[in-house]
Formats: sequence, C-alpha cells, structure tokens
Amino acid sequence: MNLISTLIAVTLALATPLIGGLLAGVDRKLTARMQERMGPPLVQPFYDVLKLWGKESMISNRLQPVLAFGYLGFALIAAGLVTFQQDLLLILFMTGIADICLTTAAMNAKSPYSYIGGRREFLAMLSYEPVMLIVYIAIFMVTGSFTVAGIYAYGKPLAMVLPLALIALQFVLVIEMKKSPYDVSGSSHAHQELVRGVFTEFSGYTMALIELGHWAKMATTLMILGLFWAPNPVISAAISLAMFFITLVVDNIYPRLTWQSMLKTTWSVGFILVLLNVVALVIGGVII
Amino acid sequence: MTLIQKAQLKSLWVVHYDCGSCNGCDIEILAALTPKFDVERFGIINIGNPKQADVLLVTGPANHRNKEVLLNIYDQMPAPKLVIAIGTCACSGGIFHNCANVLGGIDKVIPVDVYIPGCAVRPEAIVDGVVLALNKLAGIAPVEDEEELQ
Repeated sequence: MNLISTLIAVTLALATPLIGGLLAGVDRKLTARMQERMGPPLVQPFYDVLKLWGKESMISNRLQPVLAFGYLGFALIAAGLVTFQQDLLLILFMTGIADICLTTAAMNAKSPYSYIGGRREFLAMLSYEPVMLIVYIAIFMVTGSFTVAGIYAYGKPLAMVLPLALIALQFVLVIEMKKSPYDVSGSSHAHQELVRGVFTEFSGYTMALIELGHWAKMATTLMILGLFWAPNPVISAAISLAMFFITLVVDNIYPRLTWQSMLKTTWSVGFILVLLNVVALVIGGVII
Repeated sequence: MTLIQKAQLKSLWVVHYDCGSCNGCDIEILAALTPKFDVERFGIINIGNPKQADVLLVTGPANHRNKEVLLNIYDQMPAPKLVIAIGTCACSGGIFHNCANVLGGIDKVIPVDVYIPGCAVRPEAIVDGVVLALNKLAGIAPVEDEEELQ
C-alpha cells in the first residue's frame, strides 16, 4: 500500500461518523416526507451532537465515559479495518466489542430502563452476529479468503454469486440501525416502555460520543454491504444506499415487534437464505 | 456566538410532565407534534428522557404529592435547561388555586422561564412560547406588543 492509498483509507475511516451523521439527516428528512411533514434540515443530527457536547456533564458513574469513548473508538477501528481491507472476522469482533462497551455502560447504571435496554441490545447482537458470521463463511467459501482484499481480488461481483446472502444482510442492517420492526433495545418511539432503552443513562457529552459511534457503526455496515459489488465504487454505493432506503421504508410501515420474533426471524430466514445460496453454488459447481 | 450555542438554539429536546392536568393541555402538546404543525422542522423532538432533554414542559398545578417528582425531574436535566409552564393551571393554579391540596402554579416548586396561559392552550401558542424560550436562551429580550398594551 503506498502513501496516497493509506491516507485515503485513514481519511475514509475517520469520516465514517460524518457520513453516518449525514445519512441520519437523510433518514430524518425522508421519514418526515413519508409522514407528510417538512422534516428537519439535513445537518440536524450534527446540531444535536454539538448541543449534547455543550451540555453540563452528568455521568452516572466513572466507568461510563470510558466505555462511551470505547464505543466510538472500537467503531472507528472497525471502520479502519474495512478501509485498510483487513480481515472480515476481525471487523465482526471489533463491532462486537464496541457493542459490549455500550451494553456494559448501560447495565452499569442503576436504572431498570437502561438495564432492559442493555439486555435487549445483547439479544440484538445474538440475532445478527451469527448471520453476519455465516455470510462471511459463505464469502470465504467463494473467494477462498476472509479478507476484504480477497473480495477485491475475486474478479466477479459477490452480489452475482451470493444474492441471497445480501438479502440476509438486510435484516442485519435493520437491527444495526435500530429501526422498526427490530428497534427493541433503544427505540426513540418507546417512551412508555423503555424511556430510551440502552441510551437512557447517557447524557451530555457521553450521549454525543454514543451517537457518533452509532453513526460510525452504521456507515461501516453500509461499507460492508457495498463490498458485494467490490471493484466498482459507484454500484457499491448504490447497493448500500438502496438497502438503506429499504430499511427506512420498512421502518415507516412496520410496528415494533418483540425480541423473540427478532431472534426467530433472523436465525431462521437469515440462516436458510445463506444455506440455500451455498447449496445452490455447490450444485452449480462454483464451490468445489 | 459559538457553534455550540448556535446548535443549542437549533435542537431543543423536550420532556413532558403532567402534574395532574385534565389532559386538555397534554393533547394540545401532542397536537403541536403532529404533521400539521410539525415542530421537528425546528429540531424539536419529544425525547421522553429528562437526562437528555433541554426543555421541561409542565401541565397542571403543583400539589403536595407531585412537587417532589417535579423537582426530581428538574434536577435530572443537565444545564442549560428551560422550563415552560403550559396552561393556566401550571401558570397559577387556575381553577384549582384555592384547593386545600394544591400549592398553586409550578413556579412555587421550580423556576419557570416561559408562561403560556390558556384553557386549554392552543398549539400555536405553544409554538410561540417555545420561540420565546429560544429568544431567552439566545439572550434576546422579548418584544412587547405596545398596541395591545394600550
């Protein structure tokens, strides 16, 4: 890797919170339009984060800011691993550690709402991480490598070979973005039930860090979806944005479901889709 | 004005507490959040969590039972914070002002920034009151309508 490509990779990794924030603004604008409202300006999420940063610091315990910084840090490391074309499994572990920072911080505070949110966040991880893992194994069976560089080296676009795996990742994206029907852990619409779920005990600058970390994680997931048309950046971005838009449409037409149905759907539909795809490839002779 | 101060004016998160109002004002608050008035275009969200909120909307009169709860919610909000008393009951106690169990307006318990009278208040009045609160946060003195005073 020469100097210029290294610089591009570092910049892209550090820009993931900004890209995610802009997408969050697009999300709020589109959601408002779907509900026949005007909607906030596109940069509204950045106003929110700046405001949160300027508020009085009210932390529940001394571990909380450390874990909030950890959430953002590990999310950025995961983004960096994607842009430096590293191992997919390592990326999965890094996003997992970022999530564990969030849930530990939430469960550390003595608040029942935060505790329920943290427990449901663990269940969300239990739902989507096995699906991502099995998709990565399918990618390994096709390309012979677990690295992002291996996907780039594999001549053909992965979406042509593994279309059903891409559909399985749509479920992952919905859970990752905390959108209906699977926004069980930290919905912004469940005041009576959860207050703010896993985010309840964060306030001021810790909440700003958590927001930035969440955007970085969302942008990382979208970049991984883009890998399904790896050599061409334009079609990659189109795939990620199309799946982002599908998530918003689903968010606006579905109510919030229980965590049981989240676990059942992802484990059954997700696993079956990926297995069907692999079986078809074995029969077709792509995987020997 | 720094960037953070500018952002504070563009993003007000609201928490709503009902001090035993008749629900008339509460329904009008929810009406202000509907597509017709759509306060989200000014960055106002009903967040439902005092720890992340900037504005406390209170309806109904303060009484001996709920004054601790009201004070607790107020203390949980990090500064800078605003309190808006919505409806005649929250402003002064309203028709309950001389009841044995009622303390009066919520300003007997917590400091109030903006009073919005009305029974029940109209959503337009709520939006107007929030703009007044924003001016207070920005340090702009309220403009008094001199013709109406005369």
